[in-house]
Amino acid sequence: MKRFLIPLGLFLVLVVFLAVGLNRDPHEVPSPLVGKPAPEFKLETLGEPGKTFSPADMRGQVWLLNVWASWCVSCRAEHPLLVAFARQGGVPIVGLNYKEVRGDGETNVKKLAGDEEIVLTRQRAAGWLTRHGNPYTLSVLDMDGRVGIDYGVYGVPETYLIDKKGVIRFKQIGPITPEALEQKILPLAKKLAEES
Amino acid sequence: MKHRLVCAAALLLFALPLAHAGDATPMAEDPVVEARMVAISEELRCLVCQNESLAASHAELAEDLRREVRTLVREGKTDPEIKDYLVSRYGDFVLYRPPVKPTTWLLWFGPFVILGGAVIGLIAYLRRRAGKVLAPALSATDKAAAKALLGGQDSPHSPKDQA
Repeated sequence: MKRFLIPLGLFLVLVVFLAVGLNRDPHEVPSPLVGKPAPEFKLETLGEPGKTFSPADMRGQVWLLNVWASWCVSCRAEHPLLVAFARQGGVPIVGLNYKEVRGDGETNVKKLAGDEEIVLTRQRAAGWLTRHGNPYTLSVLDMDGRVGIDYGVYGVPETYLIDKKGVIRFKQIGPITPEALEQKILPLAKKLAEES
Repeated sequence: MKHRLVCAAALLLFALPLAHAGDATPMAEDPVVEARMVAISEELRCLVCQNESLAASHAELAEDLRREVRTLVREGKTDPEIKDYLVSRYGDFVLYRPPVKPTTWLLWFGPFVILGGAVIGLIAYLRRRAGKVLAPALSATDKAAAKALLGGQDSPHSPKDQA
């Protein structure tokens, strides 16, 4: 009887490893930016051409930076949740519109003339927000994805929770699920709001 | 030689989508920059299709990151600096060769620990078994019984019989 205990033990260890390993999403790569200051940028806003926004403008507030694009299917999936969340108020959401034109997989920006890209970007982004609702305090336009790279974006949508001092405290990769919102983002946002 | 072939293949692979798009991306503008970019990218993982290197991937993000690496190479950054640039944004996961540090000790040394454990276990098992095999020496009665069973012959299977 005893001789079976060792193989059984080894088998159970293997089962535990596989159970944990196979249930993890390999696409969720932990971000090294959590706990680090949110990278600075200065980008034009969607609402008012010529007006720029930078994360420093949000100093003293707990806020969400949500990376989105109209071509992003998963963004469409998480959008109603964001709209409902914005209606409750509390945590402002800033949208980072990521490669609206370049990322659509069809348009070759090299064939676009002059300011055609920004015009198209504004058109598509604003149109999408009109259709599906606008949860954002404001959105900024990251047309070439440079800011996305600084934030380690590799799959839209992604969402960052940033504290009053401008430090990234949490990163959601992929669409925000109701569970993630209620169990992780909201409690943490509440806790961060109490920090000075 | 082999390395050169691989480089050439990677360059070709990389050149294909560009040629296809008919873009005037200055690929041949600076072959030195391009070669270094490819050499660095081969050591980096594409985050979208995770089993492909940054050099081989056709994902859009990979294209953006190659552009970024190219810019850094032109700016005169060293290879470790460029890798740090990407690691600070995407984590150690972008490196195909993860660095040796406390969080990766298990990854680097775990297999050797398991191997060592297995060897120790095997040695212990063999020793125990050797003891078991040697222990049961035949008693005088056993020998007599055996002799009786074999019809009184000392060794019915002596080499001579077999020959």
